[in-house]
Amino acid sequence: MKTDILIAGVGGQGQILASRLIGVAAILEGYSVRTGETIGMAQRGGSVVSHVRIGGDSRAATVPFGRADLMIGFELCETVRNIKRLSENGRLIVNTQRINPVTVSLGMEKYDAAAMEESLRKVTGRLIMIDGYSLAGEAGSVKAVNTVLLGAAVGSGYLPISRESFMEAIRSIIPQRFHNLNSAAFDSGYSLAGRIIAENAELSMR
Amino acid sequence: MIKLLMGNEAIALGAIKAGVRVVCGYPGTPSSEVLETVAKNNDGSIYVEWSVNEKTAMEVAAGAAYSGARAMVTMKQVGLNVASDPLMSLAYIGVKGGLVIVAADDPGPLSSQTEQDTRHFAKFANLPVLDPSTPEEAYEMIQAAFDLSEQVGLPVILRPTTRICHACSSIDVSGSREEHIPSGFEKDPRWVIFPQLSYKRHIEIEKLQTALSLIFSKSPFNRVSGKGALGIAGSGIAWSYALDVIRDLDLDIKTFKVGTPYPFPAKLAESFLDGLSAVLVLEELDPVVEEALLEIAANKGLKIGILGKKTGNTPYAGEFSYEIVHKAISEFSGLQSHDTDEPAISPLPSRPPVLCAGCPHRASFYAVKKAMKGQKAVFTGDIGCYTLGNAKPLNMVDTCLCMGASISVAQGIKRVEPDTRLFAFIGDSTFFHTGIPGVINAVYNQTDIVIVVLDNGTTAMTGHQPHPGTARTMMGNISEKIDIEALLKSVGVKWVRKINPFDHKAAVSAVKEASEVKGVSAIIFESPCIALAKKPGAFEADPGKCRACGMCVREIGCPAMVLGKDKKVRIEPSACYACGLCVSICPFGAIGGMKHED
Repeated sequence: MKTDILIAGVGGQGQILASRLIGVAAILEGYSVRTGETIGMAQRGGSVVSHVRIGGDSRAATVPFGRADLMIGFELCETVRNIKRLSENGRLIVNTQRINPVTVSLGMEKYDAAAMEESLRKVTGRLIMIDGYSLAGEAGSVKAVNTVLLGAAVGSGYLPISRESFMEAIRSIIPQRFHNLNSAAFDSGYSLAGRIIAENAELSMR
Repeated sequence: MIKLLMGNEAIALGAIKAGVRVVCGYPGTPSSEVLETVAKNNDGSIYVEWSVNEKTAMEVAAGAAYSGARAMVTMKQVGLNVASDPLMSLAYIGVKGGLVIVAADDPGPLSSQTEQDTRHFAKFANLPVLDPSTPEEAYEMIQAAFDLSEQVGLPVILRPTTRICHACSSIDVSGSREEHIPSGFEKDPRWVIFPQLSYKRHIEIEKLQTALSLIFSKSPFNRVSGKGALGIAGSGIAWSYALDVIRDLDLDIKTFKVGTPYPFPAKLAESFLDGLSAVLVLEELDPVVEEALLEIAANKGLKIGILGKKTGNTPYAGEFSYEIVHKAISEFSGLQSHDTDEPAISPLPSRPPVLCAGCPHRASFYAVKKAMKGQKAVFTGDIGCYTLGNAKPLNMVDTCLCMGASISVAQGIKRVEPDTRLFAFIGDSTFFHTGIPGVINAVYNQTDIVIVVLDNGTTAMTGHQPHPGTARTMMGNISEKIDIEALLKSVGVKWVRKINPFDHKAAVSAVKEASEVKGVSAIIFESPCIALAKKPGAFEADPGKCRACGMCVREIGCPAMVLGKDKKVRIEPSACYACGLCVSICPFGAIGGMKHED
């Protein structure tokens, strides 16, 4: 299996931990892994992306344009900003959470969420939009939005790594006091995405 | 054992495996995790320190290497500028224990003030440099670098770039740590640099360059493969992109992978150039490999087209990508380079990095801004998170040059514009790094400036490293805390105030007072970085009291504040740190209702 994944979001949303979890889970399943991160100034609330390449023989960690098999968008606008890396009809998980850049709050720029959603729908039909912020809140903390989204990627079948490997990855790299939170957050994304896929399948059968 | 390791972690574990004994450095993106990883994996046999700056770090490491220990010093590319004085002389003096300088370059740049190329520094200093193309190669190279350093008696530079430092690979890190017992310092005239010794050593160094070139022609980090009349040469991450592109285009082409850009492996390069009609060189930043190949081709009288930056085939500025390399190789090999259709996307707002919600720097800048309203004032800035104070709406950083420059640049402006009030903003770690000489200069030369030390008790931007003002060391010890206030007073700054910037009224009045002082005055805005504090809770905006004036957002641009469709402010509870700055701004008392976190 070769899966190239792109994670896009806003600095501070926990993308680096998410890409590490994918990497550790993939190694547990015997795959080679490369990841590439944004670390440094952009982490302070700027646009950040993480690249994760599972299997395959590529030497560079950066996923080229049009080559991501799966994209996990942590924030709507940042998903659109990086959508050109997604492959034709690629798999897309989007957190519908909107984080206004300060430029928007100051009235210097516009944030047109409807137009953004529209452009994503045009790019791929294999798209799941979930309110990761609320799910993470229900699981115990809005900070766990990253594991909710990973759960959704696995639960939808978009990310072919098992739930069990992720649980082990959570146990091996996250401090123990956060294990229950992250497992619960992962499972809430996992179940919801699983349900959405099942409903979509049912609709297309009719 | 297979582990997922970041390039910087791989370098650290490689150094540990190679038996490194002393590790020093100064934090700087993208290099910081190297030293931190050594400290995290230290079994007690390694001495690790964050030094006060890169020059000091280089000299501490040099002393250790004089004493026969394997030593490593880490920094970012601009840090090497600061350390260049000891670096240049070290080439003449040489080392006994292996000394490896890890200087991380930042093409892009993603987090730096320049796109300088450390491979030039290696050539300038007559020191060998290794240029890894993957994290796993960095792991091999750091170990080889120690051996090479001891073999030739010179420091060796390892020059990873951001895409190596901050990329992770699954790497096999089996094997135990090599034992290298330091022989100790032996008194010898060789350690004392004098003009006569320098002349003799210069002759030796030039001979070593030739020897190193021969050693590198046989190095496993340099390889020639394939056949044909066209050749591709590359180094660093550009080489990795090249291999991916050659695979995707299914090209059968001669290649030259360069892992040691200086001294250039000339013999191996000759075997690569043999029979070629044209070469495409792929390397980020400066045309180092390109120039080396041009020189060899000229010396040998070869009629080969050498294409790269000088011929406009690849860019000088910015980092490379798969796409840039794909285009260059496609054109070079006569294939159609097709531009992919880009999906039509809606216009997007930009998202530059900002000071965090609750950041004390925002309060400090705001206090100075309020106090100087209507006055002719210039605000010089420095390197750190607080450089972000340049963004709207604060707009409080008028200059930023390099580490420590805020205090000295302010003095130059003051000498030309005596009627302007000069404020120099500098963070605590930067103050210790290179800020202090500027303070002494201002006191000595009696220049009227206000120094504003933004003391958040950490080196925040690079990932919260300790420094002399934090009293914590990388060996886990508690040390004597260097008191910035006492230090300023001891060098002759007569007017010094320490204030919490969130005490807005007191902060504004202190700034006003400081600006009237004859000579040098200093304000220390002391408040810890919020990323290190437990989030105390969040404030709420009362929609009943909010009059939708937007003043809070317009004045401080806090990322936790969002204006709704009704133009009333809403505070995102997960982002708000309850700093209270907006509470002191709202003219209608609409913000309050502190909600404590459990």
